[in-house]
Amino acid sequence: MPLQEKLAGRLSGKVAVITGAASGIGRATALLFSGEGASIVMVDVNADAGKRVEDEITQSGGQAFFEAIDVTSTADCRRLVERAIREFGCIDILFNNAGIIRRATVLDLPEAEWDRVMDVNVKSIYLLSREVIPHMQKAGGGTIINTASGWGLTGGAKAAVYCASKGAVVLLTKAMAIDHGPQNIRVNCICPGDTDTGMLRDEAQQLGEDSSHFLAESAKRPLGRVGTPEEIAQAALYLASDTSSFVTGAALVVDGGGLAGSI
Amino acid sequence: MRLENKVALITGGTSGIGEAVAELFAREGAKVAITGRNESRGHAVTARVLEAGGSAIFLRTDVRKAAECRRAVDETLRSFTRLDILFNNAGVFFPQTALECTEEEWDLQIDINLKGTFLMSKYALTPMIAQGSGVIINNSSGWGLVGGDKAVAYCASKGGVVLLTKAMAIDHGRQGIRANCICPGDVDTPMLPEDARLRGLDWKTYLAGCENRPLGRIGTVDEIAKAVLFLASDDSSFMTGTALVVDGGGTAD
Repeated sequence: MPLQEKLAGRLSGKVAVITGAASGIGRATALLFSGEGASIVMVDVNADAGKRVEDEITQSGGQAFFEAIDVTSTADCRRLVERAIREFGCIDILFNNAGIIRRATVLDLPEAEWDRVMDVNVKSIYLLSREVIPHMQKAGGGTIINTASGWGLTGGAKAAVYCASKGAVVLLTKAMAIDHGPQNIRVNCICPGDTDTGMLRDEAQQLGEDSSHFLAESAKRPLGRVGTPEEIAQAALYLASDTSSFVTGAALVVDGGGLAGSI
Repeated sequence: MRLENKVALITGGTSGIGEAVAELFAREGAKVAITGRNESRGHAVTARVLEAGGSAIFLRTDVRKAAECRRAVDETLRSFTRLDILFNNAGVFFPQTALECTEEEWDLQIDINLKGTFLMSKYALTPMIAQGSGVIINNSSGWGLVGGDKAVAYCASKGGVVLLTKAMAIDHGRQGIRANCICPGDVDTPMLPEDARLRGLDWKTYLAGCENRPLGRIGTVDEIAKAVLFLASDDSSFMTGTALVVDGGGTAD
């Protein structure tokens, strides 16, 4: 993209930290935010894929760096934020998107798996936000977006720990919105429905189902299809930009109508 | 421009949120038809859009009346040949408990806020389905999700709007129609000082109450208009049946 267009982007001059940025929704968001003029700090456990996204952005003239850190480690989160501040001077946007899924009932779920899902999906948000918020406070504001899920609002079969973790994300979002609204930090979450990512195929595998059959079942919703990572990225852009300046504590459902018939 | 070549029909477009949405949509390239009951205010809005180089018409419409809603849709199609976006925004509010609310006042709030949304959608859906695409955005309220004091008919009407939105999303998703609603918190519109007056509250005290939310202020009509733009544009292409809360954190607790 030519520099001129970059300057006119909806996130020009902003710095965004994105976790789970090597694939799926995180990758699509990194590319979109970069296209809108933001400098991107990318995090993922998958170093090879993360490096490739970094290359993609820098080769198209964007600013980005990737770090293969563990978002469940306090020390890693701290080190990452220090580097982001050193290289880009501030953090305007934090997209807590890293997440994993285990499809099992409580009976079939080992304790270690429970801890792992809760650590990656929930505790990481707490750890990274704790490092980032002081910088946002100093800068006079910021925006935090968390990836929750439709299953953070309603239950699903064989997804006990995932539902527990995503329900926690929705309410952690609201609690943080209340605490940090007065400091002009907006905190919102996205609740995607089934989206065409590696995680969806991973679910089919965990359940021992054929992936094309699983995708066809997932498409059973008012819009008759699963979402694309780019469509979820657009929702993140809305929440990241000044377009949503009066939105905080909200759970933005992006699910092709999947939850229209649920509480 | 995010709404180039689109045609939008906006009810209650002569003031407040509706007026802000009409002007924003026009700036984003849409041709806009606005309805309202006040002719001079309506023409003032269309004049401003035309002056800025946009296309706009005003259609005097009472959304409680089926024939007038049908005419508003027909006139929009006659002027602009298609209809892509319907923003059901017309609404009224009287602060009353069930004991204070008269039957006429109940009917007025339910008929404008809820039945008007049904009627306008009913007539707008036919051309949208025929063209295979369309977006409906309904203006609900934070008080369509939680209760509020002295607002029985308003809460009932806005709760109805949220669920009407979800039901329409289910019925018409497969026909390429998305239906969503916004739930604004207190916003700087004429409805706010009017509410303070009807409640017999001093404006400063009333406003301080409204500002008591995480972001510490009330919203602007432009901020609500931007949420409507998001739902009207392809940026929200996978969203339907949702209630977008735009309230400065007012319902986070």
